[in-house]
Amino acid sequence: MSEPAPFTEADLHAVLNRIPYARFLEVRLELRGDELTLTLPFKTEVIGDFALPALHGGAVGALMELTAVAQIAVAQRHAGLPKTIDIGVDYLRSGRPVDTYARAHVTKLGRRIANVRVEAWQFERGDPVAAMHGHFLLQPGPS
Amino acid sequence: MSDAQEDPRPSGLSFARQMTAATPHARALGLEILSVERARAIGRIPFRDELAGDSGTGVIAGGVLTAMLDHVCGVAACSALEVLQVVATLDLRIDYMRPAAPGASVIADAQCYKLTRTIAFVRALAYEERADDPVAAAAATFILSGDTPRPTGANLGPPPARRRP
Repeated sequence: MSEPAPFTEADLHAVLNRIPYARFLEVRLELRGDELTLTLPFKTEVIGDFALPALHGGAVGALMELTAVAQIAVAQRHAGLPKTIDIGVDYLRSGRPVDTYARAHVTKLGRRIANVRVEAWQFERGDPVAAMHGHFLLQPGPS
Repeated sequence: MSDAQEDPRPSGLSFARQMTAATPHARALGLEILSVERARAIGRIPFRDELAGDSGTGVIAGGVLTAMLDHVCGVAACSALEVLQVVATLDLRIDYMRPAAPGASVIADAQCYKLTRTIAFVRALAYEERADDPVAAAAATFILSGDTPRPTGANLGPPPARRRP
């Protein structure tokens, strides 16, 4: 049996489009080689604190979870959406009212479980607003 | 009058509902606060199609539960305070035990079980109907602003230059 074809940006758009909540957040994605960046565009609906103003932690958490799911699809080269088992989010600084980016690293892609780390940032890649670590239950791909 | 809605303290239902109405993301998700008592808050998100995690299944997305648990835990932390302070999430850990029932609204029940001068410790369960059959569980910590909250508009513009580790 031949290696499955690499995942393309179009394949990933199809994955995100299957997630109504990702469309609701208007999340965008870019794939360069195997490096994937998701963007949460700033809009009023993602504000958590109107006075500062600051992004809602849940929206940033959701962006990072979606990034993990999409990066797993790239790593396993199929679109069977993994199920989230658990996540832990560190909130590192208050999210400014601008676009937020996230990248994920699949630490281990096992037979059943993937371990994933995600960072989200705004102005500087090295100065993240939040970091996440999660475990995901993999779904079997097309055989 | 014993009507909880008239209670102006941060432990009151009217405060929790104002806090939620003033949070655009909570409003966008349709989050409603059902009840608040000292250090405890219960909220609900009615299901609608755009909150689904996978088209066709009608199951509420994990990210929606994340946002709801974060918010309701924050409300529980505020409701534990004597004097209002701003709270910000420091850490949020969530276990997703099972998918929610298709088309079902989900409730989050949060309890602030420990409050120090600087930190609120909160745990929460999310479920459709019964707390003994949870969809997800959360453990969160919040940092309290103390008496020097960051000023209005503090986040307009980029953050100050960071200290290099």
